[in-house]
Amino acid sequence: MSTITDVGPVPATRTPRGTPRRPRKPQGGAALGLVAWLIGILFVLPVLWMLLTSFHSEADAATNPPSLAAPLTLQGYREFFGAGAGTSPWPALLNSLTASVLSTILVLVLAIPAAYALSIRPVRKWTDVLFFFLSTKMLPIVAGLLPIYLFAQYTGLLDNIWFLIVLYTSMNLPIAVWMMRSFLAEVPVEILEAASMDGAGLLLTLRRVVGPVVLPGIAATSLICFIFSWNELLLARVLTGTVAQTAPVYLTGFVTSQGLFLAKVCAAAFAVSLPVLIAGFAAQDKLVQGLSLGAVK
Amino acid sequence: MSVTLERSRGTERGTGQAGPSGALRRSADWARRAPLLPALIFTIVVTQLPFVATLVISFMNWNAYYPDERGFAGVSNYARVLTDVNMRDSIVTTVILTATVVIVSLALGMGIALLLDRKFRGRGVVRTMMITPFLIVPVAAALLWKHALFNPEYGLLNGVLTWIWGLFGSGNPPQPDWISQAPLISIEAALIWQWTPFMMLILLAGLQSRPLDVIEAARIDGASSWQIFRYMTFPHLRQYLELGGLLGAIYIVQNFDYVFTITSGGLGTANLPYTIYQTFYQAHDYGRASAAGVVVVIGTIIIATLALRTVSTLFREETAR
Repeated sequence: MSTITDVGPVPATRTPRGTPRRPRKPQGGAALGLVAWLIGILFVLPVLWMLLTSFHSEADAATNPPSLAAPLTLQGYREFFGAGAGTSPWPALLNSLTASVLSTILVLVLAIPAAYALSIRPVRKWTDVLFFFLSTKMLPIVAGLLPIYLFAQYTGLLDNIWFLIVLYTSMNLPIAVWMMRSFLAEVPVEILEAASMDGAGLLLTLRRVVGPVVLPGIAATSLICFIFSWNELLLARVLTGTVAQTAPVYLTGFVTSQGLFLAKVCAAAFAVSLPVLIAGFAAQDKLVQGLSLGAVK
Repeated sequence: MSVTLERSRGTERGTGQAGPSGALRRSADWARRAPLLPALIFTIVVTQLPFVATLVISFMNWNAYYPDERGFAGVSNYARVLTDVNMRDSIVTTVILTATVVIVSLALGMGIALLLDRKFRGRGVVRTMMITPFLIVPVAAALLWKHALFNPEYGLLNGVLTWIWGLFGSGNPPQPDWISQAPLISIEAALIWQWTPFMMLILLAGLQSRPLDVIEAARIDGASSWQIFRYMTFPHLRQYLELGGLLGAIYIVQNFDYVFTITSGGLGTANLPYTIYQTFYQAHDYGRASAAGVVVVIGTIIIATLALRTVSTLFREETAR
């Protein structure tokens, strides 16, 4: 908590007591703005360093002190994407893409009707249902991992991407139900009723009334579900092998260091993170709503 | 979904003429429930059944290496989980890791959110920069910290030390081996880096939902900045702090990626998820792994109950609006 006082909350300009004037003064603001910039740069620095190193040659990447101005090369990416030894990352990337996209679609198919039944035409005790969904998200994955593994082993679903898709769907469903509910709650019910009374068909109502309010919500929800599925390691690590392994599992191949490979690692880490960065920046405004399960807007 | 609704309404009308009104209401209730059921049933089957199975297995003597000895074990798995040094250590590690990361990233997130709540040139850019760590795939982030930052020979941290010492003409900079000298702190540092943006986002949303007119009124009435923070901003932020802390705790208790990548559970950094993974995936002791899983759930239930309460407070405020 000491940081709060260090950084200085609210306007730092100390006005003499009793002056009713507005205490905002530009010079204190500029100094704090500079502090904010420095902290921002500090936080983004490891990512920039990763990006820079990924474009260096292995020899330049492993110098101490670091060689910032070394010539740039695509060698690291070429090594990662298959010119080098070892298995190609493409099947793993493709598996990740399949698992993330298909599970996100499944999540939406299940979550949107559920959210409808929890907001526009609510069932009785709808808040209880909503909180049941939330509570499943709080059950640690590791608590159900063993039976899931044994089930997969018994039914021959180990190393099968479809099994992972089902699990990712259940992992993201509570978030999606909460998010979609909070978006659907913004649909004006009176207008829906008026539309149906005026004889507007279902499709027309969906397109004209529900769509404009809900489509951005669906987009944000999908992006967040995509990110969580793409990032997942534990389930994928336990349940997949050579065939269905996802990109994070492929990355665990870099856990132990293997000589000069820093540029390749950085290229791999950046390449695998790129879809998440794109999805995250696209969903920036709704990110907090998804992460807080719709509790914060 | 509305199609099913209409169709069932049609049947209602058909049977409703003869039937009592109770049956009509009941079928209307089911029509309302219908769109909810697929998601609900799916969630129960995929998330609750495995946990029930874990609970059952936790009372069994079951090691895949000795399939003949499978049978009822009573509470002996729990006794072993709570007396086994490795398990107990991993419980302690989990608590320390979670508490440290949550508290430090909340404090940092709070400071940064307060900074970003002010208007300054390039605020949007700084916000974007701040979010970036959260958008790196956790395994990739852990690899980045392990190899590109912490590495004692060519990592950036030691590189910067060499560089700074070089500026002062010293050819003998300290070159610590970060991960082996401070394994848990190394993991915590990487996690804090990734989770501070999360806290910052939630707290910033909290700050921006303050009733500004009331604060403006207090300012005009002569309240000092500190008074406004202490008596208005902080009480308003409290539930956002709780929410961030509790959600963060729920995610970080489960953390596996960082421990697995940075230290592979060595050097006293194995937390419960990692130990459970190892107990069943490598040692194949299914009974003990399940008992440990149940212990994690009991621990999480405490945090989760508090989290659910906070969410429901926020939720009631939102729906009351």
